[in-house]
Amino acid sequence: MIKVQNLVKIFGAKHAVDGLSFTVERGEVLGFLGPNGAGKSTTMRMITGFIPPSAGTITVGGFDVVGQAIPARRLIGYLPENAPAYTDMTVNGFLNFAAEIRGLRGDAKRRAVHRVVEMCFLEAVLHQSVETLSKGYRHRTCFAQSVIHDPDVLVLDEPTDGLDPNQKHEVRCLIRKMGEKKAIIFSTHILEEVDAVCSRAIIIDRGKIVANGTPEQLRQKSDWAGAVTLRVSGINGAALNQKLSQLAVVKRMTVLREDSTSVTVRVFPKSNVNGALAPNIADAAQGWRIEELHTEEGRLDEVFRSITMPDTAATANEEKK
Amino acid sequence: MNAWSNIKTITKRELGAYFTSPLAYIFIVIFLLLCGFFTFMVGGFFERGEASLGRPFFDWHPWFYLFLVPAVGMRLWAEERRVGTIELLLTMPITTWQAIVGKFLASWLFLGLALVLTFPIVITVNYLGSPDNGVIFSGYIGSWLMAGAYLAISCVTSAMTRNQVVSFIISVVICLFFILAGFPPIIRLLEGWAGTWLVDTIASFSVITHFDGFQKGVLDSRDVLFFLSLIGFSLFTTSVVLRGHRAG
Repeated sequence: MIKVQNLVKIFGAKHAVDGLSFTVERGEVLGFLGPNGAGKSTTMRMITGFIPPSAGTITVGGFDVVGQAIPARRLIGYLPENAPAYTDMTVNGFLNFAAEIRGLRGDAKRRAVHRVVEMCFLEAVLHQSVETLSKGYRHRTCFAQSVIHDPDVLVLDEPTDGLDPNQKHEVRCLIRKMGEKKAIIFSTHILEEVDAVCSRAIIIDRGKIVANGTPEQLRQKSDWAGAVTLRVSGINGAALNQKLSQLAVVKRMTVLREDSTSVTVRVFPKSNVNGALAPNIADAAQGWRIEELHTEEGRLDEVFRSITMPDTAATANEEKK
Repeated sequence: MNAWSNIKTITKRELGAYFTSPLAYIFIVIFLLLCGFFTFMVGGFFERGEASLGRPFFDWHPWFYLFLVPAVGMRLWAEERRVGTIELLLTMPITTWQAIVGKFLASWLFLGLALVLTFPIVITVNYLGSPDNGVIFSGYIGSWLMAGAYLAISCVTSAMTRNQVVSFIISVVICLFFILAGFPPIIRLLEGWAGTWLVDTIASFSVITHFDGFQKGVLDSRDVLFFLSLIGFSLFTTSVVLRGHRAG
């Protein structure tokens, strides 16, 4: 549904977006990750036609967003960053306006407004002025606006920003459910969200794609993927280190915590070990007792850090260890 | 057809926005008070003893509008940019032109409403004497067109900034130029050193020069064209300014 090719946006001398290419099909939820200023919002603004690209093409449903702007925009629902809404209108007035400008009239308009009001839990504030709404309600009002015409493509710029944990959960459920039938792009810097919602994620940094894959694939890039966390008693850290380094599958080991009764360590596997680390350690347990043993899945935040800040990630890891 | 319904939707929303804030009511009250005060107290409506609205009433309009119209127009785009709703508006399936025209029409209709509400003055002059109502009608048309020209200029300055005060000040200055270019004392000053052709050229840019015909009851197509082209040009400039912002 969304096809982005060699997209470039230059502001003055700065390449805000530098040669992005990706596609999003119906039924996909694409998570757009990246540090602040990486070009996430700029890319979304270009997809929705708010700002023109400096180079490259974007098509939505086969329509070029520059050359065939109006038919392309009809397919898109857009939640801009900070969820702006007309403060001088009531929620009801605002949603009716959004429906009308999307070409809905009469009964169709009434049904559409009713549907999004129910979906976003806005009944309680329907006749309240947008200006007086809490941030959560204002956010949901703008979100309601973006889905009022049941669009095929949804572009959501930080859809859970500023919501409380319950509201975040609701919005994520909503996105996941809608993702079954639509093509959705959403940006975030909350990594747990990617796991909860996305079928695929792209990490961008300084306008370029630095990683692209399912959340599982991204996690595999982590050093931690396949590492084992181990708590044992009856042995001290140095002795344990000596024993474990004799195993063929172990690359290195770091001590996380050590006290008089037990020691907790993290053991990193050599590459191509493929999960054989934990059984090997269990077999090697002689003269000491395993209290706890589990294999790490790899962590997205660590992948994110190591990709977007290669210099500092290493030191941060050392600190953690 | 589709374009027109988009414009109508925008216009309706904008008009609604005026009347949910106190701005509209304050504007109308101040406009009517000013009209009343200047017509009867300063303009010497009664002392003249003639049944017409030209000098005592319409003469003041270019000066009222100088401050009141930029106050109405300053929020049109500046507010959208400040709150960020411009990003919603311009990603809707409408063209930038439809948004510009829709917003302009809403404010222009609002100014028209304020103007219509001065009708008690027309009733008064009809009660006291027998004026030429055709002349009065043409005065109203001219006044509304002039308000539209000021408003279109305010649209440009409003699109240039997200600060409403800055927008207000700049549009007052530009509108002032369009008044002073035809203001008799300035014209006399210019005649002292400039050639007649230059003075005429400058004066032909003035709203006062073109409003004068309407006040006399003359609906000259050149005057109408002047105001309409000023509106058209300003709205076009607005679209250029808006596009410039988005292109970054």
